[in-house]
Amino acid sequence: MKPLNFILTGVGGQGILLSSDILCLVGMAAGYDVKKTDVHGMAQRGGSVISHVRLADQVFSPMVPVGAADYLLSFEKLEACRWLHYLRLDGVVVTSDEAIPTLALAGKTPYPTDDAIAGLLAARAAHVRILPAGALATELGNPRVANVILLGALSRFVEIPVAAWLNAIAERVPPKFRELNRRAFELGRQSDA
Amino acid sequence: MKRMLLGNDAIALGAYMAGVTVATGYPGTPSTEILERFAQYPGVYAEWSPNEKVALEVGMGAAMAGARTMVTMKHVGLNVAADPFFAVAYTGTEAGLVIISADDPGMHSSQGEQDNRNYAKFAKTPLLEPSDSQECADMMRLGLEISEQFDTPVLLRTTTRASHAQSLVEVAAEQIQRGPVGRPATAELPAFKRDPAKYVMLPSNARQRRLVMEERLAKLQEYVETTPLNFIRWGDRRLGIVTGSIAYVYAREVFPNASFLKLGMAYPLPRKLILEFARQVEALLICEELDPFLEEQIRALPGIAAERVRGKDVFPAIGEFTPELVARCAVEHGIVPAEAIPAYLLAEMESQPAPATAIPQRPPLLCPGCGHRGTFYVLRQLMFGEQEPEGRGQGTGDRSQGTGARSPYARTNLARRRQYNLVVTGDIGCYTLGALQPLYAMDTCACMGASIGQAIGLEKGGIKNKIVAVIGDSTFFHSGITGLVDVITAGAATTVIILDNFTTAMTGGNVNPGTGKTVDGKPARRVELETLCRGLGIEDVVVIPGFDTAAIERELFRAVQSDEPSVLIVREPCALEFKSSSSQTSWVEPEKCVSCWACLVTACPALIRKDGKVAVLPDRCTDCQVCNQICPHDAILRVERDALPR
Repeated sequence: MKPLNFILTGVGGQGILLSSDILCLVGMAAGYDVKKTDVHGMAQRGGSVISHVRLADQVFSPMVPVGAADYLLSFEKLEACRWLHYLRLDGVVVTSDEAIPTLALAGKTPYPTDDAIAGLLAARAAHVRILPAGALATELGNPRVANVILLGALSRFVEIPVAAWLNAIAERVPPKFRELNRRAFELGRQSDA
Repeated sequence: MKRMLLGNDAIALGAYMAGVTVATGYPGTPSTEILERFAQYPGVYAEWSPNEKVALEVGMGAAMAGARTMVTMKHVGLNVAADPFFAVAYTGTEAGLVIISADDPGMHSSQGEQDNRNYAKFAKTPLLEPSDSQECADMMRLGLEISEQFDTPVLLRTTTRASHAQSLVEVAAEQIQRGPVGRPATAELPAFKRDPAKYVMLPSNARQRRLVMEERLAKLQEYVETTPLNFIRWGDRRLGIVTGSIAYVYAREVFPNASFLKLGMAYPLPRKLILEFARQVEALLICEELDPFLEEQIRALPGIAAERVRGKDVFPAIGEFTPELVARCAVEHGIVPAEAIPAYLLAEMESQPAPATAIPQRPPLLCPGCGHRGTFYVLRQLMFGEQEPEGRGQGTGDRSQGTGARSPYARTNLARRRQYNLVVTGDIGCYTLGALQPLYAMDTCACMGASIGQAIGLEKGGIKNKIVAVIGDSTFFHSGITGLVDVITAGAATTVIILDNFTTAMTGGNVNPGTGKTVDGKPARRVELETLCRGLGIEDVVVIPGFDTAAIERELFRAVQSDEPSVLIVREPCALEFKSSSSQTSWVEPEKCVSCWACLVTACPALIRKDGKVAVLPDRCTDCQVCNQICPHDAILRVERDALPR
């Protein structure tokens, strides 16, 4: 099977590691060998978080090489820009439009404008999808499903059957939230924003 | 059934399945998860010990009693545990004893990188190095068997990318339900087997054990030649690669066609196997992170032509490898042509234009509501007063408009702050972040517990500055206590601040002797810091709430002026571990904010710049009230969250 490399990024506390766990289950369900590695330690304290997920017949390195990610899934738009060098030149970016402010004292480098961010992403990626995942999740009734909406949007670009995604999500969320998460996934998948 | 497991989780599972019943350790990235996971299995004893030395000593005793035992730590932890490590290498044990050292190449969260494979050679103990989670589980089991077969402790050395990567592990579900297999440590009551010649390391006994160690090494030398942990995978024989640990998977990815000698057990070195491999390949490439541990030993083998061996002339001896780094080095040093390497691994080498827009950083910060913030704000003022510390940017700390303000903190005499020009010796934990911009309130950080000894030394060395040692509760229990003993006997005037948050926070909130809980969540007796310090002989011991900046400053002034040693325990539960929800939040009144940015020196993630003023993000604010106290213009108020405009 064609190897697939994913980078998931965001800021600590956004559910990035849960999402990369789900992505691993998706890969396993589709018959892939799977490896994943995250940045731990000091990043726990409100810093930038990056998770590498690799699917192939046999995965060797758990780390995605720079410039070799097929997909960059970001839970925060500045973080999508920060880790963009991991993406291959014709790769896919799916990012939430959420902006989490940086430290005030680092204000010498201001948070980039939406236009600047869109420009950066478009200059490297073949497909860029910036999604109001937080607003969509709130509409669904629970802001915490934003990450599953993003997975749904990502799934459009990945050649893995929808059933594998839905089963993986069902496996990782408590039973009473399964229906909500299924709807969140479908909403993301159908979103053209 | 295959499951995705973190390398550390796989070690814990492997230990449990192999019948380990006692596990000890001290938390440290990237090793911490091993013991936390293991403690959740039924019927086992696990403890976070005060430090790695105690952990290994407890482990020695447990293994002597006949219980299979695991001891976990990060690489620098083995420095602390080096004394018992070398000792147990002499005595051996009764049941299996595996010591896990999780190394951190590249220093993701460590004060240094060091290659702990050297410890195996140094102490003459077998060394196992896993490359993925399956090997983590398998080597844990095999390590116990080797330990028992050869009566030796075994060093299982991981690195960040083995410990902190997930990969598939074959786990038989029925096995987990049945429980651990292996030595039935609890089947009968363990009995201590008296054997002074083995366990009492007087010189006369130790000299005998020294000979036993050499005999043991000779037997291990035979074992490593045939163990399945070391194997050859033949490919194109023009290039033969000797490798192990995480570097093995990188090399497999970069050189799909080469021949490989994979060393899962890298000490003692399988000399015959290496010579056999070397004879059958044209060029020998040694691919290893950090030190030339394999390379130096291989180059010394008789029959190895030095000019055929490549290693650290190709790959760096500093920092962490990545697959693209291995690929780039191999191409740049002519090991293989670029065409022989999968193209995506060289994408990084293509020239890329710098991004048109600068990306602001997210440096690690003390959390909102962190009990350390007030202390470091006060220390900073006492270190630098009105002056900006060297290398600091502009735009902060302009307090010139602060006269006449009414906040308790702002009222204190500014001139008084300057005269002490405090020197702050620091230590290891979350609070080391107090050394970073914008606080800059720490002058040293070396190793666990060093702050107190350094403070004594600075005083005895003759500097005129007042000196304050800052150390966290867990680090104090780890190795600050002995430093404080020296404060007393040295007659030093040291002021020690113990930042007490009831947890070992940096590694994820692990219990320590002051927490009052065991690693598996049961109640435990607490060691009370103030009783301990007074018991040692410190008469001036005070406890201060962490968010009371005026009290911290007052007590600190008093303590540094005194010639007597003092301990100030600044106590506030960790904001991450013991979350409290307040109905109130700080709020900046825009009309009063004069944009002096004094509050931003606290580096609180809840404070942002907005429309030329400071604003508070109520979602992040925990109502700790530190910024309110230091605003020179009383512009930061405490308000009900419900009263905020939506």
